[in-house]
Amino acid sequence: MTETTGEPNSGSAVPDGAGAQEPADRPLVELRDLRVHFPIKRGVLLDRTVGWVYAVDGVSLRIDRGSTYGLVGESGCGKSTLGKTVLRLEKPSSGSIVLDGTDMSRVSGEPLRRMRRRMQMVFQDTLSSLDPRQSVESLLVEGLRAHGMDEGRGRTERRLRELLSAVGLPASALRRYPHEFSGGQRQRVGIARALAVEPELVVADEPVSALDVSVQAQVLNVLRDLQDEYGLTYLVIAHDLAVVRHVADRVGVMYLGGLVEEADSDELYERPLHPYTRALLSAVPVPDPEVEDSRERILLSGDLPSPADPPAGCPFQTRCPWRQPGVCDVERPEPRELGEGHRVACHYAESIRDGALPGGSAGTVE
Amino acid sequence: MVPGTQRGKRIDELAESGSDGSAGISLAASAWRRLRRSPTFLLGAGIIAAFVLLALVSPLLAQHDPALRLLEDQVSRADNSIPEPQGDFPLGGDQYGRPLLSRLLLGSQQTLLVALTATVLGLGGGLTLGILAGAFGGWVDTVVMRVVDVLLSVPSLLLAVSIGALFQQQSRFTVIIAVATVQIPIFGRLLRGTMLAQRASDHVLAARALGVKQRSVVFRHMLPNALGPVVVQATLMLAVAIIDAAALSFLGLGAADTSTPEWGQMLGSAQNFFDTHPHLAFWPAGCIIVVALGFTLVGESLRDALDPKKRR
Amino acid sequence: MALLQVRDLSVRFVRKQEPTVSAVDGVSFDVQAGRTVGLVGESGCGKSVTSLAIMGLLPGRGTEVSGSVRLDGDELLRLPRRELDRRRGRDMSMVFQDPLTSLNPVVPIGVQISEVMERHRGMSRRVARGEAAKLLERVGIPDPGRRLKEYSHQLSGGMRQRALIAMALACEPRVLVADEPTTALDVTIQAQILNLLRELVAETGTALIMITHDLGVVAGTCDEVNVLYAGRIVESAERHELFAGPRHPYTAGLMASVPRLDTPRGNRLAPISGSVEDNIPWEDGCAFSPRCSRALPRCSERTPEIEPIEAGRWLRCHNPIEEHARNTERPHD
Repeated sequence: MTETTGEPNSGSAVPDGAGAQEPADRPLVELRDLRVHFPIKRGVLLDRTVGWVYAVDGVSLRIDRGSTYGLVGESGCGKSTLGKTVLRLEKPSSGSIVLDGTDMSRVSGEPLRRMRRRMQMVFQDTLSSLDPRQSVESLLVEGLRAHGMDEGRGRTERRLRELLSAVGLPASALRRYPHEFSGGQRQRVGIARALAVEPELVVADEPVSALDVSVQAQVLNVLRDLQDEYGLTYLVIAHDLAVVRHVADRVGVMYLGGLVEEADSDELYERPLHPYTRALLSAVPVPDPEVEDSRERILLSGDLPSPADPPAGCPFQTRCPWRQPGVCDVERPEPRELGEGHRVACHYAESIRDGALPGGSAGTVE
Repeated sequence: MVPGTQRGKRIDELAESGSDGSAGISLAASAWRRLRRSPTFLLGAGIIAAFVLLALVSPLLAQHDPALRLLEDQVSRADNSIPEPQGDFPLGGDQYGRPLLSRLLLGSQQTLLVALTATVLGLGGGLTLGILAGAFGGWVDTVVMRVVDVLLSVPSLLLAVSIGALFQQQSRFTVIIAVATVQIPIFGRLLRGTMLAQRASDHVLAARALGVKQRSVVFRHMLPNALGPVVVQATLMLAVAIIDAAALSFLGLGAADTSTPEWGQMLGSAQNFFDTHPHLAFWPAGCIIVVALGFTLVGESLRDALDPKKRR
Repeated sequence: MALLQVRDLSVRFVRKQEPTVSAVDGVSFDVQAGRTVGLVGESGCGKSVTSLAIMGLLPGRGTEVSGSVRLDGDELLRLPRRELDRRRGRDMSMVFQDPLTSLNPVVPIGVQISEVMERHRGMSRRVARGEAAKLLERVGIPDPGRRLKEYSHQLSGGMRQRALIAMALACEPRVLVADEPTTALDVTIQAQILNLLRELVAETGTALIMITHDLGVVAGTCDEVNVLYAGRIVESAERHELFAGPRHPYTAGLMASVPRLDTPRGNRLAPISGSVEDNIPWEDGCAFSPRCSRALPRCSERTPEIEPIEAGRWLRCHNPIEEHARNTERPHD
């Protein structure tokens, strides 16, 4: 295994198409053609690889410092794997993950562990992601200790109180254990734990989907306040498009391991171009009967294909109401830029937008 | 704020009232809380406590030296007679005329010693294997587990007998080694399974994501959470160890020197007198069963108390 | 008269050495044929227990069910076990949240569906198989002939939920209870299933009781909505009325705390403070009062009763939100 620590610090180790950039407008995170393929193994004594799951298959994106990038998609689309790979909790098969100019895709061991201070994760399942045997205090101190930020009793204690108050928990929470909290409070503990090491990037994987509706808003507000206060950069992964709409500056839509559409939040929600994004947006229930009664729904037929056996051509062609035989089932569309910062991976995005392509109505009801 | 009776935990309000000063309840504390109310645990713990106490104070209780053939004159090979209970000897004597009650009392020491040492050795070996396999995975795991599989494929008593038979000279030490060796793969496999489950768990992923050092992840997060089932198993294994040790002695693989009494060996040497003097076997067998039951009861109630689904 | 009448339904869990838990407390509502009634609330509000009590599916030991559930005038709560088993499945059936655990993994889908019809509708095996295939087609499962022979693990999540709905429909029930039927599914699949349920209600005249925590699902499917909190109905209204102007602070709080697709980014959400653990017992006052932004001193002293405030609208609150919002905030209609 090759260790490339130190080397990326020279700056030139990372090829950059746009030439040398000032650190100020350099994105905090940049993914280039990232692929994560898991082997499917069979065998009794010796494992034999019989196939591959293409969990993430060629994703490129940039996350600007201080912004929130929302990644949406349905279960099995690879969004969680992508999140874990960005944090190098999974090993990429190919492509690069550049954090603030450093290519992290081949860093490992102690240098990687030290880099973890700069990037943290917030989990979906608040009960299972906190060690049940540790008090909140030892959970919070652990990160500080791991990165040599534990500077004496008094200062550490002050820091812990500060953290708790930042996420809206009383100092008395320090001596309690995870199972003694409600789901919303546990998520606050999880956030405080991630923040303890003063990270720049926080990857939040379904941060509110396990919480009660009335509590979701509390946690979303906490996340936003912390961003304002500490200038955090978020990668928020969620299946709930309304949640992502609420938090994200820029949104990427994933389908079967690939990014099918990417745009600034308002642009994406107002002018979705990819058929999948359109179907997804039309399927989200809106808590307003007037909207629900009058909206047009694009009902997709069938289910997500298996990421171990993706269809030829466009990954979405098996369910697309606008599918054009001879093109969509042959050639995989590359992301194209239509409008400023709006990238779509669809052969017929313009025609669908202009209503020039027949077929879509077949899947539309009402 | 609104007054009113409170229900459940009100962390927010604790803050407002300036903390109630009570520390949180850890998992271990809440398990202990449930244990204390469990009749199964209390009965089992009572038996074990009595057994351990007996082992400690038996030298004071025993009126006679268990090695001395005090009633040898009442032993007769010819008519197969054995000393009857009498005055100073409430249970009579054994086939060599040694005082049965004193042997039974002092036998608790050796039985406890054998069971405890064997289980501690088995646990130690099993923990090492399990940690190696579970924490590192990969080829270490494959190699360790194949060895464990081979050991587990032999019936445990047969394995113990074979190991016991390997030694030229049988002694208490060889019994301990044989019983411990049988336990190593059982503990190893169990711990490896729970360690692997821990390795895949969210909180271990969270610790890795936080940048916690590998050693710390293994010993602070994985091991403590993986130990629950092992503790339960160890308690149950103490019972098995007592029975296995007894079985080895019974089969003649125990200590050749019988002057220091031990229940399994007492049971073993009583086998020739089953039809004529069943009480020789009854007493040590009864003691073994009761003590093994005590450990089993404690093990079962521990298993219940540590079950996270029954928390609160 | 309503097809299904629920009156003063209460469920208490009585356990040894543990305090008695009142899970459902005096719940009343009607369901008409061809209508959908929603039971909405967060975890622990009693919505699922209510549905299980209506279906007679609660375990007998340790539960006390009181009140009345009438189907076509027949009291279900006092039916003998055997008679209840006969009616459940024939007149009433249920769709659960998790289709994987609700289907028998070792029996093919087709057999599971046709068994229900053989038992309740007295069909021969042959006829039942044919009907099962038609049902699968009806719920949108392609190639039903092949699917009938498959096992639940061979189907995708959406397919499984369709199969479960097909099974629930096997006896053309008059009441269908759906407990979070789409919570485990992806949005695009959820849209398919909700559409299917809407069509079924419209075409067959089945009465649907929809149990969900998702206000979006409620807005799109329910005719009438009952909002539950800590085991009691706090507000009950026709769908448009409820969403146009919630009167109970809890209902309003729920609506304000959900991020919506059609609101611009950056609007701060207005969460309800605390969590469902922060209740007081209903006997002492309003259970919601510790979390309520409109709480008055009497809210924690006197239990509010549920009262009709206008036709088809009920409210349990000492200090409800005024009505004014409704006339100003409805541009169309």
